[in-house]
Amino acid sequence: MDERDDDLSALIKAKATRHAAPSQLRARIDARIAEIGTARAEETAGAGALGSPGRAWLRWTNMGAAFAFGVAASLVVVLTLRGADEEDRFAQAVVDSHVRSLMGAHLVDVESSDKHAVKPWFSGKLDYAPPVKDLAAEGIPLAGGRLDYLGQRPVAALVYRLNLHTINVFIWPATGQSSKDPVFDVRQGYNVAHWTGDGMQYWAVSDANAGELRNFVRLLSLDDRR
Amino acid sequence: MDTKTQQFEARVLPHLDAAYNLARWLLKDDDGARDAVQDAYLRAFRFFDHLRGEEARPWLLAIVRNTCYSLLGKRRQLGEQVEFDEERDSEFAERSAEAHGVDPAAALLRKIEKARIDEAIERLPSVYREVIVLRELEELAYEEIAQVANVPVGTVMSRLSRARAMLRASLRRPDQEG
Repeated sequence: MDERDDDLSALIKAKATRHAAPSQLRARIDARIAEIGTARAEETAGAGALGSPGRAWLRWTNMGAAFAFGVAASLVVVLTLRGADEEDRFAQAVVDSHVRSLMGAHLVDVESSDKHAVKPWFSGKLDYAPPVKDLAAEGIPLAGGRLDYLGQRPVAALVYRLNLHTINVFIWPATGQSSKDPVFDVRQGYNVAHWTGDGMQYWAVSDANAGELRNFVRLLSLDDRR
Repeated sequence: MDTKTQQFEARVLPHLDAAYNLARWLLKDDDGARDAVQDAYLRAFRFFDHLRGEEARPWLLAIVRNTCYSLLGKRRQLGEQVEFDEERDSEFAERSAEAHGVDPAAALLRKIEKARIDEAIERLPSVYREVIVLRELEELAYEEIAQVANVPVGTVMSRLSRARAMLRASLRRPDQEG
C-alpha cells in the first residue's frame, strides 16, 4: 500500500456511505429468530423419548451400517400396502419433515454441492443407493444430504437450493417396478410432488412456486443417467 | 428460547449493520438488501452449529455475499445486469490509470464530494466493489476478506489494488460521463 492508497482509503472512509440496517429489519430478524428458536425448543421438549432428532441421527450414523441396515430390513414390510390413505400420510410426513429441516436444527448431515461427495456418504447408512443428480448447471445446486426417517424407515433426503428456496427430496425404494408420473399437491402452502421411477420413489417438497417445482421435478426425473 | 438462539443473538446479530452494508452495496437497492439480509440471517441461524470458534463476522458476511450473488444471478437471467468480465474490466482499469499519468493531486481528491465517491464505488464491478466495502468501510483483515469472498489472500490484494486504480481513474475525471 503506497501513500496514494492511504489518501484514497482515508477519502473512502470519510465520505463513502456506510448503509445502516433499517430498524424494522432488525426487529423483523429478531422476531423470526426468536420464533424459530422457541418452536425448536418446544419441539425438542415434546420429542420425548426420541430426544433431539438431529443429534439422535448423528449418533445413529456413528453407530454405523449395521444398525441402519437392521432398522431398514425389519421395517421394510410396512411399505407393502399402498393406497390413498397412505399417500396422504406420506405427503403429510414429508411436509412435516421439510418444515422441521428448515427450523434450524438439522438441514444437512453432509454439506456439499458435489454429488460425488453426497452419494457415497449414504453408503453404509442405507440399504440402497439413492440417485443423486447434479442440477447446478440448471441453477439448482445441491446443498447436501441427510438421513431422515419416514414411514418407519430411514430414507435419504437431498437438499437443493433454488434461488432463495430450499427443496427437500426424499428418496427410498419403491415397492413395485412400475413408474408413476409426478403428482403435484399443495399442503400448508408448500408445493409437494410425488413420483416413482427406476425402482425408487421420490417426494419433493418446497416453498418454491408450483411452476418452479414442476420444472425441478422435470429436470430431476429426466432419464439422462448423468 | 434455547441456548443456541441466545448464542446466535449474542454472536451474530451484532453484525447486522455490516451485513446490511455489504448487501446494500452489492445489490444497490434497499428492498433487495433487506430481503437478502433477512434470508441470510435465517440461513446463518440454520447453519449456526457449523460455526465453532471462528469469528462470526466473516462467516456471516460470506453467507450474505452468497445470498446476494444468487439474487444477482437471478436478476442477470432477467436481463437486468450486464455480464461482468474480470479480464476486460481489469484491463480497462489499468489502461485508463496509465493514460491519466501518475500521482493525482491529493488536494483534488479531498475536495471530491460524497455523492461522487459513492457513485464511483457503485460503478465498480461487484468483485471489486465488495473488496473496497469490506476493506475500507468494514475494515476487515485481508484474510477475513479472503474468507468472505472465498478466494486466496493474493487475489484479495490484487483485486483491492485494481479496485483502487479504477476508483482513482474514475474520480480523476472532472465530470462523469454517465
